[in-house]
Amino acid sequence: MDKSYNSIMSRKNEIMKKSVGVDYSKYEIEGLAFDYEKMMEEAGYSIEKIIELQNETGVGNTPLVELKNINKLIKKLSPKGKGARVFVKDEATNPSLSYKDRRASVSAYRAKQMGYKGIMAATSGNYGAAVASQAVKRGLRSIIVQECHDSRGIGQPEILEKARACEGYGAEVVQISVGPELFYYFLLLLEETGYFNASLYTPFGIAGVETLGWEIAHQSKSLCGKFPDVVISTHAGGGITTGTARGLIKAGAFDTKVIGASVDLSGLHMASDNDFNKKSFTTGHTGFGIPFAVYPDRSDVPRNAARVLRYMDRYLLVTQGEVFYMTEALAVLEGMQRGPAGNTSLTAAFALAQEMNEDEIIVINETEYTGAGKLPSAQLTFAKENGIAIKRGDPIEEDIPGKNIIIPENPSQIKYIEYSMDKMKRSYVKQMMKRDGFKMFSDIEIKFMAEDTNSSVEEIKNFIKELK
Amino acid sequence: MKAFKGDWVQIYFIALEPDERAEHLPEDTKKVPLEVRIKGFLMNEEAEINDEVIIKTVIGREVKGKMIEINPVYKHNFGEPIPELLNISNELLSILEEGEE
Repeated sequence: MDKSYNSIMSRKNEIMKKSVGVDYSKYEIEGLAFDYEKMMEEAGYSIEKIIELQNETGVGNTPLVELKNINKLIKKLSPKGKGARVFVKDEATNPSLSYKDRRASVSAYRAKQMGYKGIMAATSGNYGAAVASQAVKRGLRSIIVQECHDSRGIGQPEILEKARACEGYGAEVVQISVGPELFYYFLLLLEETGYFNASLYTPFGIAGVETLGWEIAHQSKSLCGKFPDVVISTHAGGGITTGTARGLIKAGAFDTKVIGASVDLSGLHMASDNDFNKKSFTTGHTGFGIPFAVYPDRSDVPRNAARVLRYMDRYLLVTQGEVFYMTEALAVLEGMQRGPAGNTSLTAAFALAQEMNEDEIIVINETEYTGAGKLPSAQLTFAKENGIAIKRGDPIEEDIPGKNIIIPENPSQIKYIEYSMDKMKRSYVKQMMKRDGFKMFSDIEIKFMAEDTNSSVEEIKNFIKELK
Repeated sequence: MKAFKGDWVQIYFIALEPDERAEHLPEDTKKVPLEVRIKGFLMNEEAEINDEVIIKTVIGREVKGKMIEINPVYKHNFGEPIPELLNISNELLSILEEGEE
C-alpha cells in the first residue's frame, strides 16, 4: 500500500471512519451546519453511564480544595469588599495524574466494547499517559504518537516526561519531529494496526469530561451552599472547557460563568522547527487556544465535539513568567506541587478574584502532576539553554514569548490580558467564509453559526457584512 | 559498543524527506526532514550504533531504522535551581505575615 504523504492523506476519511466508529454523516444538516446536540446525545453517553464506567477504573471523584492561604493573600491585595474565594479541583489525584483520565476512560471503554485490540492517540501531553493507563485497565494495548524533537534532536523536557510515563504503562511511544505531518504518520499507523483512534475530539471523549463540571457544581453546593460564580478552565483544544461547561449545565449551574485561560505565546509559530523549543509551555496556550476556538473542525475527526465558543464567557491570557510564579505560590503557600496546566487558570483566577466580590466563588477546574521535565526548574533551565532570558520584572509590560520569561517581583503584578470574545467570533465567521469560498450562507447555516458562537443571528449577519 | 538480540534500543528513521513534506510549512521546518524515533527490542543477532536494524516494539510491531542508542537513558531531569524563583517563598510569607503579630 502506498504510504506516501499524499496517498495516506487521500485515504484519511476511510481510515478515520474505521478507527473512530462514529458515522458523522448522520448529523449533517446543510452546508456547514450540523446537529451538535443530536451528535452529543447519540454518539456520547449519558452522565449516569459515564459516572458508572469512570468508577470502574478509578477515575473522578477528586477533591475540591479551598486555597486558604492564597485567598488570604488575595484579600490583602484587594480593595475592601473584594477578593473572591478560590478553590481548585485536584484532578492530579486521578490514576494517571491528570483530568485526561476522564476522556481516556470513555474511549478505552468504547474501544473494548467495539472489539478493538488496541487504541492510539496523537498527543504530546497528559492524554497519552491517560490513554495508556485506561487501555491496560480494559485489557487493550496502546500506541502514543508525539511531536517531541526539533531538528537538532532536542526533546522538550515535558514531552520527554510524557513519553516516560506512557512507556511506564506499557505503551509503544512513537516520537516525531516538529510539524503538522504528525497527523499523516498517525493515520499511517492507524491503517497498519487497525487500532481504535482515541481522538481527543469525539463526542464520547468530551462526554467523559462532563462529570468534571458535574462534580464541581455539586461539591461547590456542598461546601459553600451555592454553585460557583465562575469556573476558570485552561484552554487549548477546547475539550476541558466544553466538557466542564456541559457538566455544569447538566447539574443545574446555569448561571456559572465559564472563563477560558491560556498562556500568551503570540509571535511563536506552532509549526516552526526553530520556535518549538523556545516556549516553556507545551499546552494550555494561544498556539492551540485561538485556532481551536475559531475553527473547531480542524480536528482529526470531521466534527469536533469540543466547541468552546458555545460556552466560553470570557478569554483571559496570562504570561509564562506569571504562571511559573503562581506554581511556586501554590507549592509554598498551599503545600501543593502541581504542573502548569491548572496553574495557568490559577494565575488568571488570582487576578480576577481581586475584582470580584468577597462572597463570590471561583473554581479552577484542574490540576495535573509535576516532576522531572515539568517543574519550573526543569523548564526554566531548558529555556536558558535555548537562549531565553529569565529575569524578574513586570510581566505584562516586559513579556516577549520566545525571547524572555519575566517572573513578577511581587504578587500585585499578576494581571491578565483580556482577549475579546467578539474578536474570536468574528474570526470564526471569517474562517467559515474562507473555507466556503465566500459564498452566500443559507438561513440554516447562519442559525448554526449563531449557536456555535453563542451569538445572535443579527451579530453573525453583522460580522459577515463587515468582512465582505 | 555492541547491542545483542533482545536488548532495548532506540532507532531513528526519516519518514518524509524535505521535498515530501506538507505544503504551507514555515521556512525553517520546510528545510528539514520529518524524523521518527522509536524504542524496541533488537531483533538482529548483534549491532553497533548507526547500524540499520530491525526492532520489535513493546506491542509487537517490527520496525526498521538506524540504531542510535543502546538502553536509552531518560534525559529529562529536574534542572538547576532558578535564582529568580528561590526568593518567592519568603517574599510571599512576609506579605502574609504583615500586620499579623
